Amino acid sequence: MISPRQNDAPLLKPGAAGLACERGGFSIDPMRPCELALITHAHADHARRGAARYIAATPSVPILKHRLGDDICIDGVDYGETIRLGDTDVSFHPAGHVLGSAQIAVSDGATKWIATGDFKRDPDPTCAPFEVVPCDTFISEATFALPVYRWPPASEVAHEIHEWWQANRKAGRPSVLFCYAFGKAQRVLAELKAYTDASVWVHGAVDEITELYRAAGVSMLPTRRVDGREKRDYAGELIIAPPGAAGSRWMRRFRDSLTGFCSGWMQVRGNRRRRGYDRGFVLSDHADWPGLLRTIDEVRAQRILLMHGHADTLVRLLRERGVDAGVLSELRDA
Amino acid sequence: MREFIKLYHTLDQTNSTRAKVAAMVNYFNAADPADIAWATFFLSGRRLKRLVSASNLRRWLVEASELPEWLVEDTYASVGDLAETIALLLADRNRPDALSNVSLAAFVTESLKPLAALDDAAQRDLVLAWWRELPYNACYIVNKLMTGALRVGVSQALVASALSEVAGLPRPVILHRMMGHWSPSREFAEQLLAEDDGAADLSRPYPYCLASPIESEPGAMTPELMERELGVVDDWQVEWKWDGIRAQLIRRGGNSYLWSRGEELIDAQFPELIEASAALPEGTVIDGEILAWRDDAPMPFSALQRRIGRKKPGKKTLSDYPVILRAYDLLELDGSDVREWPLSKRRAELESLAEHFPGRLHLSEVVVADDWAGFARLRESSRERRVEGFMVKRRDASYGTGRTRGIWWKWKIEPHTIDAVMLYAQAGHGRHANLHTDYTFAVWRGEDLVPVAKAYSGLTNAEIDELDKWIRKHTRERFGPVRSVEPEQVFELAFEAIASSTRHKSGVALRFPRIRRWRRDLAPAEADTLETLQGLL
Repeated sequence: MISPRQNDAPLLKPGAAGLACERGGFSIDPMRPCELALITHAHADHARRGAARYIAATPSVPILKHRLGDDICIDGVDYGETIRLGDTDVSFHPAGHVLGSAQIAVSDGATKWIATGDFKRDPDPTCAPFEVVPCDTFISEATFALPVYRWPPASEVAHEIHEWWQANRKAGRPSVLFCYAFGKAQRVLAELKAYTDASVWVHGAVDEITELYRAAGVSMLPTRRVDGREKRDYAGELIIAPPGAAGSRWMRRFRDSLTGFCSGWMQVRGNRRRRGYDRGFVLSDHADWPGLLRTIDEVRAQRILLMHGHADTLVRLLRERGVDAGVLSELRDA
Repeated sequence: MREFIKLYHTLDQTNSTRAKVAAMVNYFNAADPADIAWATFFLSGRRLKRLVSASNLRRWLVEASELPEWLVEDTYASVGDLAETIALLLADRNRPDALSNVSLAAFVTESLKPLAALDDAAQRDLVLAWWRELPYNACYIVNKLMTGALRVGVSQALVASALSEVAGLPRPVILHRMMGHWSPSREFAEQLLAEDDGAADLSRPYPYCLASPIESEPGAMTPELMERELGVVDDWQVEWKWDGIRAQLIRRGGNSYLWSRGEELIDAQFPELIEASAALPEGTVIDGEILAWRDDAPMPFSALQRRIGRKKPGKKTLSDYPVILRAYDLLELDGSDVREWPLSKRRAELESLAEHFPGRLHLSEVVVADDWAGFARLRESSRERRVEGFMVKRRDASYGTGRTRGIWWKWKIEPHTIDAVMLYAQAGHGRHANLHTDYTFAVWRGEDLVPVAKAYSGLTNAEIDELDKWIRKHTRERFGPVRSVEPEQVFELAFEAIASSTRHKSGVALRFPRIRRWRRDLAPAEADTLETLQGLL
């Protein structure tokens, strides 16, 4: 029996072990060891080792195994399929963030909550598009919740990247493009297909994830892995590397290279200047300002809880518009 | 405007100095002289006199964006640049560019500058039309030109490099022609690039020779190291390093001009110096330091600050904060540029001029010691003398342009240091937008922490990032862009001098405070007290 006191308690509650669901006996994206972890997607700030058992959307499973180790105990659930965990019904729905990313819907019969993890609304040829799932409480990321963050179409940005690469090629210089190894790099490789069929060099970290994407049937430019031992001239080539490689010894082989960075943060000039890249390309796997507002409108939830980035800004705006909204971390003390 | 906008983005999209110069050379080679003049004006960091008030721009932005005012302000605080915030909120990338065929000079003189004469309503109509119709790149540049300096990572020296390549003239010649006040016109550009510069402007100052610090941190140089780095002491002229305003005093054509290091004409602020300089012979240019001076000793820098902001100082200000010019170099004698002479020869001429100096012009004395150890001992007396240490100048060197290494060194004394607790943090601007880089620090007065200094620099980028995360997690309250934080983090601050102040709650004002170290090893209770600070007065 569920006592009335328990019924008032939030279905999902932020805590040390992630977004905990007591009635379901699991945690979503836990940062600490726990019995059962539900994972929205395989980025390191959402998926950690240490859970006795994992559940994730089916396309996320190979990537999670790659990142957390083959020895983890993990089950895949297809998008839209409902499973029973404790006293709750749970389903995974596409979040459009990266391959395998999912919003997690949790219902106890009386109320339905959704945790989006990270998501975006812009089209992305490398993953299933975001699905609008009506719910009562919507826990959304708010990484880019300021009205200056409005994304240009990814195809336009890919065109800019291609032009930049070609201009550097003419000048006989390598173009090193920094992208997160999982998700962004593959999206760039897929979007660039509209402009060229040339092959692109990739850092080892990018290469491994790219192969997992190919195995999942994602169509991308051909890639070649930069080999540690091989000496060659990279003049005119495009190299995709994770941001962590910037300034490392690994970069020395690309003599006289120009650097670019793909990120939503590149929308603001100060962010780009501070990081010291030559070029910034505005390409994000998160929802932009219009995307956040549209999504919050479409899910028709009674309550909106926000996390990450400029959550407090969006909460204030929603409250002024009469929406019941709050910053998720403030539930911690509730 | 198309070519200028393109130039801006090329400059903005590379970190290579070589590529920047090449982009400017390309632009200048194809541009009309009037456009060259305006591009030189903006690229070298100059700005139009204020055309439209920033508060109006912000109000119109709120109207046009249809967003709540607080949200526009929050967004501006996060972006850190008003011109950019406006373009990001209102402009689209793919609109047709109505300005692409208008020249830079025509746009500035026919559209931008006339704004200043219009009333608010007429200004609003024009400005809103640009915001609503221009594509992002054009909207951003128009806003930049309208609101202030371009700040695109090129210096005056870099612009001069490009112009010297275009004109086929040595860079120092171009740099000199770019000094001082000039109006960006076709004629100016033609003179700037001309073979012969007959009609030189009488008020024009010379580029300043700048000193480099001899040591990476104060106290690093022992007499032995000085000997090893600089050689024998006799090759060097040593003077006290004064803490005032660097200035160039020009006497030409029966008139006097006083220039600050920022190339501002400051005649009006210091009428007594202009009056005194009438006694100088025709065709004289002196490099020196303006100091507030009383009873044969410098007053604290705060006294000079009373004078800097006043275009028309009153009788009381003039008598409460009297100033002098401490002359330390001679750049022009009898109308001839003598910067190529060795310092020893310039100094000899300066000394003979000084025999007839009026009361408000002082000759900077040459300090004498037998060896570097002797100077090191003398340097210990800097604080009593209210100087910052020594200037060490090579006797056989000509007057350099900019920071020519190895001819002028500053050998400063150890700054004062205190340990203080961080109380407030604020996001920076431009490169530091979105990142808390401006901090307020406090010391103990009994049980309370009282703010004593704001400091912006001194941490590494990694430390700034780490501290920013800490600040976000430990914010107590937010006042717009300012956050008060838990009083937990202790920093060692260095500062040059301390003076009592009625304008500060703590009763003291620190000169040039900066962060020296993050003292993670100290608990807040171990920070210094206000009494300790007062003891330094």
